[in-house]
Amino acid sequence: MSENEINYEQFEPRIVAFFCNWCTYTAADLAGTARMQYAPNVRVVRVMCSGRLDPQFVLSALREGADGVLIGGCHPGDCHYQEGNYKALRRFTLLKSLLKSMGINEERVRLEWIAASEGDKVQRVINEMTEQLRKLGPLNLESTQLPTQAAAPPILEEKIAAHQGGTHE
Amino acid sequence: MHNADSHQDTIPKVGVYVCHCGINISHTVDVTATVEFASKLPNVTVAREYKFMCSDPGQEIIQQDIRDGLVDRVVVASCSPLMHEPTFRNAIAKAGGNPFMFQMANIREHVSWVTKDRDAATEKAKALIAAAVERVVLHKPLEKTQVPVHPDVLVVGGGIAGIHAALTLANAGKKVYLVERDPTIGGHMAKFDKTFPTLDCSACILTPKMSAVRAHPNITLWTYSEVVNVDGFVGNFKVQVKRKPRYVDEELCVGCLDCIDACIFKKGKIPSEFDSGLSKRKPIYVPFPQATPLVAVIDPESCAHFKTGKCKQPCKDVCERDAINFDQKEEIKEIEVGSIILATGFKTFDASRIYRYGYGRYPNVYTSLEVERLVNAAGPTGGEITLNGGQKPKAVGIIHCVGSRDSHTNNYCSRVCCMYSLKLAHLVKERTNAEVYEFYIDMRTPGKGYEEFYERLLKEDVHFIRGRVAEVTDWAMNGDEEGRLIIRAEDTLVGSVRRIPVDMVILAVGLEAQPDHDDVRRMFNISCSHEGWFLERHPKLAPVSTFTDGIFLAGACQGPKDIPDSVAQAGAAASEALALIDLGHVELEPNTAFVDEDSCSGCKTCMSICPYSAVTFDDSKNKASVNGALCKGCGTCVAACPSGALQQNLFTDEQIFHEIKGVVNYV
Repeated sequence: MSENEINYEQFEPRIVAFFCNWCTYTAADLAGTARMQYAPNVRVVRVMCSGRLDPQFVLSALREGADGVLIGGCHPGDCHYQEGNYKALRRFTLLKSLLKSMGINEERVRLEWIAASEGDKVQRVINEMTEQLRKLGPLNLESTQLPTQAAAPPILEEKIAAHQGGTHE
Repeated sequence: MHNADSHQDTIPKVGVYVCHCGINISHTVDVTATVEFASKLPNVTVAREYKFMCSDPGQEIIQQDIRDGLVDRVVVASCSPLMHEPTFRNAIAKAGGNPFMFQMANIREHVSWVTKDRDAATEKAKALIAAAVERVVLHKPLEKTQVPVHPDVLVVGGGIAGIHAALTLANAGKKVYLVERDPTIGGHMAKFDKTFPTLDCSACILTPKMSAVRAHPNITLWTYSEVVNVDGFVGNFKVQVKRKPRYVDEELCVGCLDCIDACIFKKGKIPSEFDSGLSKRKPIYVPFPQATPLVAVIDPESCAHFKTGKCKQPCKDVCERDAINFDQKEEIKEIEVGSIILATGFKTFDASRIYRYGYGRYPNVYTSLEVERLVNAAGPTGGEITLNGGQKPKAVGIIHCVGSRDSHTNNYCSRVCCMYSLKLAHLVKERTNAEVYEFYIDMRTPGKGYEEFYERLLKEDVHFIRGRVAEVTDWAMNGDEEGRLIIRAEDTLVGSVRRIPVDMVILAVGLEAQPDHDDVRRMFNISCSHEGWFLERHPKLAPVSTFTDGIFLAGACQGPKDIPDSVAQAGAAASEALALIDLGHVELEPNTAFVDEDSCSGCKTCMSICPYSAVTFDDSKNKASVNGALCKGCGTCVAACPSGALQQNLFTDEQIFHEIKGVVNYV
């Protein structure tokens, strides 16, 4: 592992976050109003609903140089648009298996349900994730090795994901 | 569309305006460095800073640049868009620009307020500004759509807050539906004898308002009813209300109450909900003599007709108006309203959860709400404060903060308990001349005339003991304590543990959210705090609005509140609703989805995913299309579209990809 040379204490991971307007973005605003201090590594992109999240956004963020991606939506049952967060969950499940097949540690991408009143959860999740990514080190896509075991065909994964998403609801 | 295209042809001119927000931003973010950075970003023609961008002179800076032709799109780096996006959009529109050629970078809530390190904060601010610039370049002029506002209002909950809101609206000539779950309106206030600090008779000030509701031509009062479904959006809600069968025809019953006398139950056998179980009612009853509407209700759980089918039905025989109808069925009413006021109130803390205070174990331990009924002239004892055995107490202990300010139960202060405890102390003294001991943590009496009331009680020889009560016990240690309740508490002012023998203990129970708050908030699509209180849009600037436009809050469902505050909030909620109605229309955010027909393959994925059925399908063209009036702008269909044919205004794929690039690439 050439990554041994990296000083994990010093490494500042870059995290792109996609927060839904109604719950998680509002919670992040609340964390601000309450002056809750947290790691400065997250940069938030606001979307109206976590259901807007196209998995390509996550891939794009990782390609552009993010070391991790955080997705925040309303708790199950609380979606401002009824069920966008369930759609996000399905896509997230699918995305994780895709990342795995690309050789990217799936812990680099995290989905959290954070309600508008949970400013403290924004603080905790961002701090946790920053620490986690410090341990994982920078994402180096060029040297990323594909896993030797062939991943299941995407179409099957999709079915599994849809099924898991379905039972989760 | 033509307009939009011509815009893309010209080279974008982005103005970046970074706000100091006094020192809120500038004390952690090097504003000058961010401006310097922004001025070098592609397409940026102007980069400026100002102390308060949202102020008039701040807005003027932007407007001048637009008028001078220096900029055609704007980035303001300041607070959250949820705070000031409308402010700046309006400013741009006033200067002749399109309000949607605008993007905000949130460098206050998301940067300066959550980051101590100045370098890190400045870097993060730069990244957010770069992202906004990257994105705003792709913005297109958009128009807001207007939809009409239905002038009728639904008020949910018939306590003092709901009553006041309904009356305010009805007096302004608006049609109001007031829906109450219980058989009568009045809420908690109807149970009280006196109100603090003026000692006004509660019934004297409430019941006229209750009758006004009943008599008002503009108010449709549905008691014993519940909202079961809410559809639609601001200005155009479709609501279903379930009217539970009361087995007495509301139109026919005149409230003579002969049916209650005639019931085969000669005496009440069922604990009265209204009297907190301190009295008994019959299966056919009115909750209290001033109930509004004064219409009897039959409780099928205890009525002999429903239980055995063998009752002779004397109630039916005695009713001259033939109002009793055992075949009444549940009814679902469908109404259309433009706005909704939630005034669903609170419940009191279940005192048995604190075992050591003995509630439910010692008969002379009461909750404050029970004592409210005892001191009420219309209550179970006719206003006599008596012990379980009927005798008058010689000493009464009032324990504050039961279920409030306690990490085991609720951390928050319930706000009303100190004041109502003082009121009860006064009433107990007045009626029984007993010694009264108040066990308190802190005396919290902020309010007009409240501190003065406390002063008055100090002079009325009430004993104030500062300290939390450890337990209430009947374990006597000497003759004086024999047969009595002993309150063990630390007296922090004296610095010792005391045992005070009393005959009656009153637990000043705190306020809690309604047990079904979760179902209610989901139905109305609003949020709750951890404790279950409905969440206001902004704690200071939008205290009665919610995150769902057109739905407002009044009273204790938003947080513990006394009567004056509930009434004030109800008035505010009513005027918010009035403002909507009087304008006559609402402007909808143009963040709707749209279909690029050339790319649409007709797979219909979007149709199955839209929760609002806003996507329709044109079979002749084999293309999907979005109904802008139904689309709420979540963008879920956009993310699902496999061919990228669906896009969302203000959140196109391209705009988001650029924002991602901006947020990562520059800093």
